[in-house]
Amino acid sequence: MTGNSARSQLPSTDGNAAAEQLLLEIRFFAKPDRLKLIRPVVLAAARMCGFDEQGGQDIVLATDEACQNVIIHGYRGQPDKQITLTAYDIADGIQIRLRDTAPAADPAHIHPRDLDDIRPGGLGTHFMQAAMDDVVYLPAPGGVGNLLRLTKHLPRQP
Amino acid sequence: MSAPQKRVIELSGDVDLEHAADTRQMLLDAIDGTTDLLVDLSAVTYIDSSGIASLVEALQAAHDIGATLGLVALSTQALRVFELARLDKVFPIYPDMPTAMSA
Repeated sequence: MTGNSARSQLPSTDGNAAAEQLLLEIRFFAKPDRLKLIRPVVLAAARMCGFDEQGGQDIVLATDEACQNVIIHGYRGQPDKQITLTAYDIADGIQIRLRDTAPAADPAHIHPRDLDDIRPGGLGTHFMQAAMDDVVYLPAPGGVGNLLRLTKHLPRQP
Repeated sequence: MSAPQKRVIELSGDVDLEHAADTRQMLLDAIDGTTDLLVDLSAVTYIDSSGIASLVEALQAAHDIGATLGLVALSTQALRVFELARLDKVFPIYPDMPTAMSA
């Protein structure tokens, strides 16, 4: 199996295997200095899916912020914990999934703050939602940890 | 009446979670009440919400003592992040240092 023929049928974590191609899977320690390793890889994956530089940078920002949320709020700074990042080419865009083993977060309590309230912090969730088309917290496989799915579609051609 | 002095602080590299504490401290240390502050971002390669948080805190600290804080020479990525946070209308943003100095 080579090149584009590899699209689809690779197992996905939420059963949505149609028309998606696994681009990469990376497991890394939940430490702030590891994010500089992740960013160029995510940008390259986004460009491979057809995004321009700004679209790619938006995807990098959203992924970076999602990882930060796991590091800060999920694992509360425990550097021996790990995050698994997978990226899929979904034909009309990209899907990033982040899997962690932190205590399950309640999606009902995760929401962006009011931007008119000018203060330091709290922008990560807003960036994720503003930069991506879809941000969904899925049930984690086995009921342990969290699974976040970030999706961005390519701009429609005029 | 002479224009207020302006002090330039240069940030470089990735202004991210890894460097957030150092960035925050450097900016707050630079706010001494005697000068307005210009933060040169021309050598910044990446900025995230933690970097933005440091700059917002510094902006508020500057305002608290009657000073200003402006941002200079943002990259496309940095400007995009400020726009997403709707902070591009909160900070004075200048395209280059001569423009910032003469403002």
